[in-house]
Amino acid sequence: MILVFVEPGDLSLEALTFARGLGPVEAVAFGSAPDGLGVSRVHVVALDEYAPGAWAQSLAGLVEALRPDAVVAAGSDRGQEVMAHLAVRLDEPMAANCIAATPGDPWLVTRQRWGGSLLEEARLHGTVRLLTVAPHGVVAEPAATAEPELVSVTPELRDGDLGVKVSRREEPAAGTVQLGDARVVVGGGRGVGSAEGFAALEELAALLGGAVGGSRVVTNLGWRPHSDQIGQTGARIAPDLYIACGVSGAIQHMVGCKGAKRILAINKDPQAPIVARADYAVIGDLTEILPAIVAELKR
Amino acid sequence: MEILVCVKRVPETGARITLTADEREIDTSYLGFTISPHEECAVEEALRLVEAHGGSTTVLTLGPAAAAEQLRNALAMGIGSGILLETDGEEFDPGATAAAIVDAVRDRRFDLLLFGNEAADSGDYQVAVRVAAALGLPCVTGIKGIEIDGGKAIARREASGGWEVYEVPLPAVISVKEGINLPRFPSLPGRLRAKKAELETSTPERRAPGLEKVRLVVPVEEPNTVEILGEGPEAAPRVVEVLKELGVVS
Repeated sequence: MILVFVEPGDLSLEALTFARGLGPVEAVAFGSAPDGLGVSRVHVVALDEYAPGAWAQSLAGLVEALRPDAVVAAGSDRGQEVMAHLAVRLDEPMAANCIAATPGDPWLVTRQRWGGSLLEEARLHGTVRLLTVAPHGVVAEPAATAEPELVSVTPELRDGDLGVKVSRREEPAAGTVQLGDARVVVGGGRGVGSAEGFAALEELAALLGGAVGGSRVVTNLGWRPHSDQIGQTGARIAPDLYIACGVSGAIQHMVGCKGAKRILAINKDPQAPIVARADYAVIGDLTEILPAIVAELKR
Repeated sequence: MEILVCVKRVPETGARITLTADEREIDTSYLGFTISPHEECAVEEALRLVEAHGGSTTVLTLGPAAAAEQLRNALAMGIGSGILLETDGEEFDPGATAAAIVDAVRDRRFDLLLFGNEAADSGDYQVAVRVAAALGLPCVTGIKGIEIDGGKAIARREASGGWEVYEVPLPAVISVKEGINLPRFPSLPGRLRAKKAELETSTPERRAPGLEKVRLVVPVEEPNTVEILGEGPEAAPRVVEVLKELGVVS
């Protein structure tokens, strides 16, 4: 049996799809079970607020009780953190950001390095295999949707498991579209030229109900806040359309936007790497092209 | 405050990655090396915290003899002293890396141990957590803001566009993400001092790996054809047609 730690959101659906290829799957959720998991049983741990040690300890308890062959989680911030704490508790190795696995002794895994621009084939030793699944490295497939059996779990925590927990939360301004969830992303690179140059991208994004992002160059120059960065050290986006404006398409940027279904590149250089990797391209000066698209949309 | 920063030497990869003949490493013959980006921010954060609260900073790396270059880079930025855990170049898996770091720091007193959230190359996301557990210290990862308030650190993590705030008693282990700050450039006096600085060097045992690399593979790029919609602003009507075809505008 493969035990999958699920959180709300698409990344856990990808992790479930990955796990179904390895054996029968049961899920474990915290607080309440998200809908549409497509599993027969969900263990629901009675812990709401996030505390990585307590969540890992709960998983360790389930591993002892259920004896799964593997525990799988999404390669989200929480997925990586909780699984690392679980690895410590079980004294097992952990393989992060896997895209394929073959059970055996040892397991063989293929995992992403360099944000996915390089792959590693590795042997994963241990008695319980701990894996996280690379975000957007697997395409989520729906599974049978019968109502799952919900099993309530009261965790047995140790002293200190709740020592690190979220003490408060600052919510984003209402109505802002998050980069990771946006259906359309308008991204800018060095070619945008300045912080002020992003006004045109903002306008286009607003018309399309999308979010604005930028390359690492742009956030390092301070033209945009780091939270807008798309790439290996920033956000992984998966929109229906990514409009890349003045972005050259460095490898570290492309690993952040390869989840996009379509890419439209606007670039003055037809030889820019992003153009070769895009579905559509417009060649020319983005300071002329973007206002023209905005005007056409408003017509 | 006594702060330890753990960094990793990684190649500066260009537009394309080439492997060595045995497919176990990246061919770095023509590449420069750098401190992995999240960890460079950890170095900067250590400097800022000590500038604000007093204390001393130490940088540590596990890597080949050449990784002394990254220690000296950190010293040139202003870090006080450097520790090199020298390997023969063979990679340590995350468990072995953590064990070597724990052995090196167990008998020293640090208020804060800073790591990068994940190394740019191996991306294992676990060394900080493993070190913290072995030392019996609290740990938070993926942090983009740190304030020190008496005996505790207030650490902020970006989550769904907002922030989660953690209060962690010191001593603690914190892994940070790029964006927590913009790292400074080394100063000229810093470079001179770094060049002459003594590094404390030891050679840790490499524990058998639990995650054992077999080989590296450069992913095959799927063939792609790009449709050029036009040149300049005259392309706008065609762009809007495509937006309609894709269903992103009605």
